[in-house]
Amino acid sequence: MPGSTPASPSARAGKPKASGPSASGPSASGRPASGRLRALLRQPLAFLALVFLALLAVASVSASWLASLEGIDPSAVDLFNAMAPPSPEHWLGTDELGRDLFYRLLLGGQVSLAVGLAAALGAAAIGTLIGLTAGEHGGWIDSLLMRSTDAMIALPLLPILIVLSAVDLTKLGFSTEVAGSEQAAMIRLIILVALVGWTTTARLVRAAARETLAQDYVLAARAMGASSLRILLRHVLPNIVAPLVVATTLSVGQVILFESVLSFLGLGLDPGTASWGRMLAGAQDILWDAPALALYPGLAIAATVIACNLAGDGLAAAFDPRRSRNR
Amino acid sequence: MLRYITQRLLESLIVLLLVSLATYLLLGLMPGDPVDLLISGDPNLTSEDAARLREAYGLDRPIFERYLGWLGQALQGEFGYSRHFSRPAVVVLNDAVWVTLSVAAPALILALVLAIPFGLLAAGRQGGWLDQTINLSALISLSLPTFWLAIMLIYLFAVELRWLPAGGMGEGFSGRLEHLLLPVSVLALSLAGVFLRFTRAAAAEVLGQDYVRTAKAKGVSRVGLMLRHVLPNAALPLITLSGLQLGALFSGTLIVEILFRQLGMGRVLYDAVLGNDYNLALVALMLTTAATLIGNLLADLSHAWLDPRITLR
Repeated sequence: MPGSTPASPSARAGKPKASGPSASGPSASGRPASGRLRALLRQPLAFLALVFLALLAVASVSASWLASLEGIDPSAVDLFNAMAPPSPEHWLGTDELGRDLFYRLLLGGQVSLAVGLAAALGAAAIGTLIGLTAGEHGGWIDSLLMRSTDAMIALPLLPILIVLSAVDLTKLGFSTEVAGSEQAAMIRLIILVALVGWTTTARLVRAAARETLAQDYVLAARAMGASSLRILLRHVLPNIVAPLVVATTLSVGQVILFESVLSFLGLGLDPGTASWGRMLAGAQDILWDAPALALYPGLAIAATVIACNLAGDGLAAAFDPRRSRNR
Repeated sequence: MLRYITQRLLESLIVLLLVSLATYLLLGLMPGDPVDLLISGDPNLTSEDAARLREAYGLDRPIFERYLGWLGQALQGEFGYSRHFSRPAVVVLNDAVWVTLSVAAPALILALVLAIPFGLLAAGRQGGWLDQTINLSALISLSLPTFWLAIMLIYLFAVELRWLPAGGMGEGFSGRLEHLLLPVSVLALSLAGVFLRFTRAAAAEVLGQDYVRTAKAKGVSRVGLMLRHVLPNAALPLITLSGLQLGALFSGTLIVEILFRQLGMGRVLYDAVLGNDYNLALVALMLTTAATLIGNLLADLSHAWLDPRITLR
C-alpha cells in the first residue's frame, strides 16, 4: 500500500503540460479556455459527470418526443397494468397507476433540473449582488452583510423552509386561481430555495471582489477616472466568473436536494407535477408492494446531485491553477 | 473575552428576534386563522359569533401589534398553548427536545467517529487511490437524499430482513435502542461526508506546516505524527465548522424524525405547520433556531478557549 501512494501522483504528474500555457494566459482565471478544458479532461470523473448531466438534460427535455417515438404516453393511466415489472415495452416497469416509469422519471427530471437550475441561478444572482455590495463598500455595510450571511448559514434551513412553504398565497394578494396553479407552486419553490441558497456565493464573490479591488490596475483605472460601476463591470466581474460558475454548479445539486425533500414532505410542488421528490412521496406509501418505485427516483436524485458535486469540484480544480499544480 | 461573549450573545439575540418577527408575520399568512378552524368545527357559529371571537382573541388587531403582544408574553416565559395538544407549547416541546437529542447526539458522535479517522487517512495519502476512494465516498454521502436513504434502509432492514422496526418510539430502554438504530445510522451516514471533507482539508493544511516536516525528519512515526501533531491542530477549524453544521443537523433530524415517526422537535414543527397549530410552530422554530445559534456560539468560544493564539477583544 505505501508503494502505491507515490506511484499514482507521479503517474499523473507525467501528463499535465497544461500548467505551462496557463502561466502566459491572459484570461481572468489565469488559464486560457483550451488549458481549462484540458485540465477538466484530466479529471475523468468530473468530465463523466458533465457528460451525464448533459445527456440527462437532453433526454429530459425531449422525454415526450422520445416517448411518442415508442408510442408510449407517459401520463396515460392503465390500472390493469399497474406496478408491472420491467419489460421490453416499459423498460423500468410501470408505476402505481400503470404509467411508464422510465418516461415518468425523465419528465420528473425535466422539472427537477429546471427548478434546480432556476433556483441556483436566482441564488447566484442574490449572492453576487450581496457579495459585490459588501466587497465594494466595505465598512459597516460589509460587516452587516457578512454577519447576516453568517447568521443565514447557521440557521436550520429545512424547518424554516417548511414554515415558508406553508404560506397561503391568497393572503399575499394573489387570486385563488393563480395561487392554486402548478406554476405558482413551482415559482414559489424556486424563490424560496433561492432566498436561502445564496450564502456560499456571497462569501466567494465578496472575497474575489476584495482581492481584485486591491490590485494596482484597479487603482490605475480609478485614477484615470473610471466610475465604481465601470470598475465592477470591467474588472471585478470577469474575475469572479470562475468562482461563480463553481458555486452555482455545486448549488444546483443542493437545490435539487431541497426541492426533492420539500416535495416529498408535500410542501414543494403541486401533487400533479411529476418531480422526483413527488414520485418518492407516492412510492413511500406502497413501499411494501413496489420497492422499485422508490428505488429509481431516489437513484435519479442521487446520481444528479453526485454529478453536480463532481462537476463543481472538477471545475474548481480546472479554474484554479494552484490546485492542479499541487497534484 | 467577556466583551466578545456579550457582543456575540447580543448578535444571536437580534437574529432570534428577527426570526421570531419573520415567523410571526409568516404565520399570519398561513391558511385560516384559529377562528376559521373553530367555525369549520361547529356549523352553528354565526358570522357575528366569529367576529366576536376574533375580537376576543385579538385577531382583529394589526399583525404587528399582535406580535408585540406575543413578544411581551414570551419575555415573561408565557409562550401560549398548542391548539392540537391542548397543553402549553413549552410542555409539548419539552418532551420533544429529549427525543430530538436522543437521535441527534448519537448521530453527531457517530458521524465524527466515522469522519475523523478516514479524513486523517485520506489527508495522509493525498492523491492516492485510498484518498480518492474516501473522497468519493464522502461526496456520495453528502449527495444522497437523506429521506431516500431512510426509505431504502427501512425497506432493507424492516421489510425484507425484518431485523429492525420501521419506525416508532419503542418501549423501555432496549426497545428505544432498537427503534433508534436506523434513524441514528441514517443521520450519521448523511452527516459523515461533510465532516470527513472538513477533517481532510484541515489535516492537509496542518501537514503542510514546517513543524510537521521537522517532526517527520526527527523520525516520528506516521501514526504518532497524526495523533500528536495533526489531529490537535486540525481539531480547531473542525470545531468551528462543526458548529456551523448544527443547522444541517437539525434539518437532517427533522427528516429522520418524520420518516421513522420519532416525536421530536422536527416532527412537532412539521405537524404543527400542517395542522395550523401556530403557537406551537412558532415556538418550535424559535427553539430550534436558538439551539443552533447557541451551539454555534459555543463552538466559536471553545475554539478561542482551546487556541491560546487567539485573544478575543
